[in-house]
Order: sequence, then C-alpha cells, then structure tokens
Amino acid sequence: MVKVAIWGSLRGATDGKAEVEVEAGNFKQLLDQLAINYPGLKPQIKRGVSLALDGKIYRDDWFVKINEDSEVVLMPYMVGG
Amino acid sequence: MKNIHVSTTINGDPTEFICAPDESLLDVLRDRLRLTGSKEGCGSGDCGACSVMVDGRLVCSCLVLGAEAEGVEVETIEGMADGDDLHPLQKHFINGAALQCGVCTPGILVAAKALLKKNPNPTDTEVRYWLAGNLCRCTGYDKIIKAVQAAAAEMRGA
Amino acid sequence: MALDEHKKRIFKLIGTRPPRPDGVDKVTGRAMYGADATAPGMLTGRILRSPHAHARIKSIDTSAAEALNGVKAVVTSADFGLPEDESVRDVQDNCMAREKVLYDGHAVAAVAAINVSVAKQALKLIKVEYEILAHVTDVDAAMQADAPVVLAGRAMDDLPKGMSENVTHHFEFGHGDMEAGFAKADKIIERSFKTAATHQGYIEPHACLATMGSDGKGELWVCTQGQYYVRELCADIMDMDTSQLRVTASEIGGGFGGKTTVFIEPVALALSRKSGRPVKLVMNREEVFRASGPTASSSTDVKIGMTKDGRITAAHATFRYQGGAFPSGTVQFGAQSSFAAYDLDAVQTIGWNTMTNRPKEAAYRAPGAPMAIYAVESVVDELCQELGLDPLETRLRNAAHKGTKSSYGPTFDDIGLEATLEAAKLHPHYTAPLGPNQGRGLSCGFWFNFGGNTCVALSLNFDGTVGITEGNPDIGGSRASISMMAAEELGIAYEKVRTIVADTNSLGHNDVTDGSRVTFAVGLATIKAARDAIKKMCSRAAKIWDIDEDAVYWEDGFAKPSGPNAGSFEPMSIEEIAATSPNTGGPIVGHHEVNAEGAGVSFGVHLVDVEVDPETGATTILRYTVFQDAGKAVHPDYVEGQMQGGAVQGIGWALNEEYIYGEDGRLQNPGLLDYRIPVASDLPNIDTVILEIPNPGHPYGVRGVGETPIVPPLAAISNAVSRSIGLRMSALPMSPPKILKALKSKG
Repeated sequence: MVKVAIWGSLRGATDGKAEVEVEAGNFKQLLDQLAINYPGLKPQIKRGVSLALDGKIYRDDWFVKINEDSEVVLMPYMVGG
Repeated sequence: MKNIHVSTTINGDPTEFICAPDESLLDVLRDRLRLTGSKEGCGSGDCGACSVMVDGRLVCSCLVLGAEAEGVEVETIEGMADGDDLHPLQKHFINGAALQCGVCTPGILVAAKALLKKNPNPTDTEVRYWLAGNLCRCTGYDKIIKAVQAAAAEMRGA
Repeated sequence: MALDEHKKRIFKLIGTRPPRPDGVDKVTGRAMYGADATAPGMLTGRILRSPHAHARIKSIDTSAAEALNGVKAVVTSADFGLPEDESVRDVQDNCMAREKVLYDGHAVAAVAAINVSVAKQALKLIKVEYEILAHVTDVDAAMQADAPVVLAGRAMDDLPKGMSENVTHHFEFGHGDMEAGFAKADKIIERSFKTAATHQGYIEPHACLATMGSDGKGELWVCTQGQYYVRELCADIMDMDTSQLRVTASEIGGGFGGKTTVFIEPVALALSRKSGRPVKLVMNREEVFRASGPTASSSTDVKIGMTKDGRITAAHATFRYQGGAFPSGTVQFGAQSSFAAYDLDAVQTIGWNTMTNRPKEAAYRAPGAPMAIYAVESVVDELCQELGLDPLETRLRNAAHKGTKSSYGPTFDDIGLEATLEAAKLHPHYTAPLGPNQGRGLSCGFWFNFGGNTCVALSLNFDGTVGITEGNPDIGGSRASISMMAAEELGIAYEKVRTIVADTNSLGHNDVTDGSRVTFAVGLATIKAARDAIKKMCSRAAKIWDIDEDAVYWEDGFAKPSGPNAGSFEPMSIEEIAATSPNTGGPIVGHHEVNAEGAGVSFGVHLVDVEVDPETGATTILRYTVFQDAGKAVHPDYVEGQMQGGAVQGIGWALNEEYIYGEDGRLQNPGLLDYRIPVASDLPNIDTVILEIPNPGHPYGVRGVGETPIVPPLAAISNAVSRSIGLRMSALPMSPPKILKALKSKG
C-alpha cells in the first residue's frame, strides 16, 4: 500500500482526508486506483495531475515505479511560460 | 490615389521602387525591397526596432513615408557590415552576448552606430539615454551597454 | 547510478562562453522572424475585432467585403467546426468569436486580400450587428453573485453560495494546524494586495504565413515557442490529421510564455484554405495588447504570524485571479509557489479563478508565481520591520532546505535557497550605505521548472563534424548550450557542431519551450544522443579492429582500445570513423527520445536599492543584484542574460506596467507609449551572482533558470519603496501618481 498526499481542494472527494492509501506499484496504477476508490477525483485526474515522488516531479510518466515507502504527493499538472 | 515612383540610395546602392502614398519607408524596405532586417515592433515610433539612417539622421522608418525617400541616402542594418567584415558593434554584440532573441538588435545597432559617430567616447549614461528609444525585452540592457562601450573603445583605438 | 544522474566532473567546455550560432544572422538582419517570410501569390490577412467588451453577435454580413475586388476570402466562426475537447474549443473561440464577443479586441471576422489597402477596406465593409451586454473587468467584482456572466455553464462544481458563475477554479494546499500556529505568534500581520494585468511585451508581434493546398496538406511558418503544440492545436481546429500539417518555427522575437499558444494561426490557415493561396497574417501592436494573452490580475489576502525572534509560526494566503474570458487555472501555481521558500509547520493557501471580459490569459514567465510571492514577501518584510529584525537573517531562519516539507506538498531534495541567501548576505550590496529617500528591499523567488517530451538527433557527417537536430525554438541562447553539451560529450571542438531547430516533420514531438525546460531537457536528451552516437562509433572501431565492442572506449574525440589485452591499435578519430562509416555499416546517427522528468526547482534572491522622489513619486533603481541557483551554468553569459532580462521585466511590472480599462470595458493603453516597459535610461547595470548547487536529476547538474528571475523583483522593489517612503505599498504597479497619492495620504 502507498500513501498519497491529496491537496486541500481535492479532499472533498476523499472524505476530508489529507492522505489516502492505495495499492499501486507505478503512477498509472496509482491514478487508476484513486479513480476507483474516490470517484470524486476523476474530473481532476482527467484534467491532469502531476506526481511528486520523493521530491521529484513527474508529469506524465505512467510507469515510474512507486515504492511502499515513497513520499507521493499529488499535484496539479504543471505548465510554464 | 496613384502609386508613387521613388528613386533613392539604399546602403550606397541606387534603388528605385513604387509605393502607395500612405506606405511607410519601413513597409517599403520590408515588403517591396525584401530588406527585412528592419523590424516592425509597434508601427508608432515607440520601440525603435525599425531604426534606419536617412541622410545621416537616425529615424524610425515607420514614421517616414516611402515617398519621402526620394533623393536621400538611406542606411539600414543590411549595410552595416563591410561585405564579410562585421562592424565592431556587431562583433561585440555577439561576443558580449548583447542579444538574446535579436529582434531589437538591428535597430539598436543602427542607433548605437549613430551615437558613436556623434560621440565616440560616451558615458554609460549617455549611451543609455541615446538608446532610450530602442526597447529590448530580453536582455535588461546591461550587456548591450557593455557591448557598445567595448565597440566604442575598439573604434577609438583604445 | 543511472546514466541521467549527476556525477561531478571537470568540464572542458561547459561553463565557457563561446559565440552563439545565430549571432551573425541576428546582427546583420539576415535572421528570419515570423513576419519576414514570403511566398509566391501570397495574400495579406487582416482581422476585424470587436469594439465592445461584451456583446452577443446578432449577425455578420460579409457580402460586401467578399464582393470587393482583390478580396480572395472572408472567414468567420461559421468557417470552423466544433472541436470536441473543451480546452481546444476555448482556444478556437478565442481566435474567432462564436455567438458572443467576450472582450474588447475579440476577433469576429477575417479577410485575405491582394494587398493591405484592399484588406483594410474590406474590413470596413463587414457589417456586424451587436447586442451589447453588461461587462465586468475587475477580479473581485467578477466573483460577486450579481456580476455579468461571461460564459454560461463553465462554473466550477460545488460553487460556494454567493459566488458568481464566473468562478471556474478552486485550489487549496498546505499542511499543519493553522490555529495553533497563529496562537504561537508574537506578531501577526494581515494585508491585502492587488496587482494589475501585464503583458509579456515581446518586441515581435505575432506573425505567420499559412499555406493550405487543395490536397489538404498545410504548411505554417510561425514565430512560436512550440511548433509541435501549434501543429496539434491547428490540426484539431482545422480538422486535419496531424501529419498533414507541417509547422516550421521562425526565429522568435521574444515569447516569455505569450507565444505558447495560438491566436491568429488557425485564422490564417482557414483563410488560406478558403482562398487557395498562401496567407500572411501579422498582428499590429494594438492587436497584441488587446487580443493576445496577458497575465492574470490578482487580489490577495495574506496573514502571517511570527515570533519576536523571527520564526514564522503560521502562514495563510487567499489568491483571487482573473484569467480573462475563458476558464484558466493559473492561480494554482500562485497558491503552490507562494510559500515555497519557507520551512513551515502550518501553512494554508487558497486560490480562486474567475472569468472576466478581458483577453484570454497566456503564460508569462513563472505563471501565477510573481503576484503571489509579491504579496507573501511583502508581509514577511513588514513583519521584519515591525519586529526590528534583519530581513535576510529572517529569511535564513525560515528557509526551506533539503528535507523541508514544501508548502505545496513534496519534500525538497538538494536546493540552493540557503546558499543564495548566504551569498546575498556576504555581498557588498547588502551593507552599502543608503542616502535620504533611499530604501533597500529583498525578496526570495522560486519556480518549479520541468522536463517534458523531447527528441534529439545527432548526425555524424562524413568529415567528422556533427549536426544536431532538436525541436525547441531558441529563446535564450539554447542552441549554443546544446552544441556545447554535445561537444563536451564527444570530446570535440564546439565549432565542429551545428545545432538547428527542426520543423514538426523532422523529429518526434517536442513540448513547448517553456517551464525553463530547454537547457535541462533538451540538454539531457542531447547528452544521451551523444552517448548513443559514441556507442555506435565504438562499435564501428571494434569492427575495424576485429575486437569486442566492450573492449573499446571513447575519450577526447577518439575511439581507443581499452587496454593491452584489447590490442595495440592506434586510436581512431571521429573523423576517421565518420569517413569510413559507409563501409562499416552506414551513416551514424545518435538519437534520444524521452519524457524528461527530474527537473530541479530554482530559487533566487534579489536585492534592490531605490530612491523615491517625494515631489514626483518617481522611483529610480539605484542598484540591483540577482542571486540565483543554476545547478550548473552551461553558458554563463546566457544564464546571466536570463537573470537580467527576467529581473527587468519584474521591474517594469513593479513600477509602471499595467492594463488600464475604462468604464466601457475597453483597454485604454494598447500601445508601447502608454504601456510603459523599462527603457535603457531607467536602469542601472543588473549585477548577477550565479550559484551552482547541482540538480541530482541531470548529468551535468543543470537546473532551469529562465523563469525564477521575474518572481523576486515585485516584492523586492515594493519593500524598497515602502522602506524609502515609510509607508507600506500594497498594490502594483507603483507608478509615480500612485506613490504620490500614498505620500499625500500619509500627510
């Protein structure tokens, strides 16, 4: 099981929890499981999310490996200028 | 209104063109003569990207009518290098990284050349005020001022 | 250790300052920008724009324009389909209004004619019937329940009661117990701030040349930060397969984020399709201001609590941004980045976005961050003043470092904030004496930076020189840095490498030049492409020597046998391997495709001294120093250039630049005279100090640097001005009339 930090305005979809646990070995599995367990997250996931894994930000990489003890933070999809 | 036939000299070459009465010299240079080195940044004389020399005077070519070029000497960025040899200003702009996107560069080079002709040993402040009519959004002007001074020093034989 | 991770080494080329490859073209006027291309039979395109801030389009009669001799095509939204994807539909509707015009300058129709005179005439003949609607341009007014609704049906889910349907986004970030945190504070300051919308201010207006053939194939020449994204958007809008549209990026005369999308390109393509001829479409400066993509304007509330010895115990901020007439989520970056420089136990940020009758926002260097960090750094500075604390020491006391849980969630790895603060502390600028009416201000700055989809091909020419093909428009000197990285890997001279930016057909997809990503991501891909080529070259040498591939290594431009057991062969130069490549297997090309991750965040600190004239309210910048962590400065001139250029844009944002709207909702200053960007005589030299705390995620330690520099100037200058006049300023820009007003109110 992997602990995922959920940002404040999404917590409405996770019963107010700032951190949820899902079974996932990579980014794609994580998103799929989040969508199944917390359907309220689906719209944001569709709009786009980034993943901060142990401090590194991943925007698209489905198969980046997530370990059980990794720090996983969900973030909005980044754009720059 | 009928188009106007103009005979002029551009970068030392005798040149003839036909233009509309309301066409600017900038439009003529770019669209009729394919001298696209001078740029249109604003069309209202505020940015200096279209700077050229007309009879030895620094002007915004977007504020000069094509018809006004009759019988004068126009100098554009395309005439700054001597064949293969870059002008010291051009060299120092490259070496001093005084350009990033480069779109303001032709106007600034023409303006800087005009300054150094008038005042071969300007202070930084004099350079900054002379170039106040040439907008740059990329560099913050720092390396531009340094490059102008480096070129000025070389031209003075210092 | 993975090949893409940083390993410390001594560099031969990295860190030097060779001349850039596009230098001669740009100083001679030869370089071709968006408006410099022509094509045989080319038509001139012009766009008709709404004079109203908000109106329903009752009818458009283009018949007289179409009948005018010399007009070859007229288009309106009727000539476009309806893209399925909502965000693409927004882009299209922004390029050409459908049903309603949503801001002053919104395009309603376009013509292509044989010359500009006929085109202008044709625009005058287009009859548009408008039903004028109530409009709203202010961010706070647009959020009120009774505000005129810009677009129906786009409000966020769970819209709070009392908020207008214009509100489209809501974000919250943070951690910790806010109540407990504020309870621990000895001093709490709450302040509200407002910033005006600004424009990226690139000197080159948007320009393109579009050619659609009767076989459905299209060519687009355009000044852009991302030719692949332009292709994607335009193909979608024009209902074409991506492969049928080839987009070539011209040299670009500035972008800063404003050229990461499309405004006129689909219109040019539609005109070309309809007329059957190439169409050149160029925005004039007024159109750039009215109808391209300025930043959001903002209204912010910040509350910070601090102990009397300078430790921040709790921090809260609410950000309200308006992103123009379409939904926009930029406020999320403001909400995330605002407290990034701080190690906090209790932090909470809330962000809202509202639509207004203003042009659709586009990115501008660190989108969303400058106005947010401006507010936060202003309150931190005020707390320091009230508590009698040194502002730099206080930043150091609270600085984020490795192991800090950031205000936006992730824990930081190696970051350079403390190093930049220490460098500022030691710098003579910090302790230089100040005179009357002078003040000193500082601010931290931050940007995330990222990687993205990147492809690079590195071709070995038969004479041993190298051609690099990459897909990212060069907005800061990146071609030079890319050549340097390849030459460093290959062990050859910089002059032997030529890097060009390719069209969309020549490489796989490359993400836009944004996010301070090019030196990082394209650099990473170039290094790997070079290593790929090296592997191939070693393999050719091995073949020639008839030994194992593993027995050959590469050094300083030569393939060498790796020890006495491999055999005593003379090293083979890159030239020799290249020359014999037709005999040993064919042309040698190294390449790499990746969606690069692992970009490092970039922190900066700016110090500024100002003098405010109490009679005129004019502010003079006396001295400015930029400190920034670049990870590894590949070409120091271009890193300095980013620091200086970004700082000066921030200076303009702080002191003069703003979009001014009238009661009628029309933009009052769409020109470079009244939208006042900094000029050479406004400024001193901008001193720079580059720090290098390597980014673990890049082979050379590179961090993006392009965006962070625009973030600190807003608060640094506001803090300096506030200290100079003895009054806290809380709105930007601090133009002379506004400072005079503040001084008068002080009495």
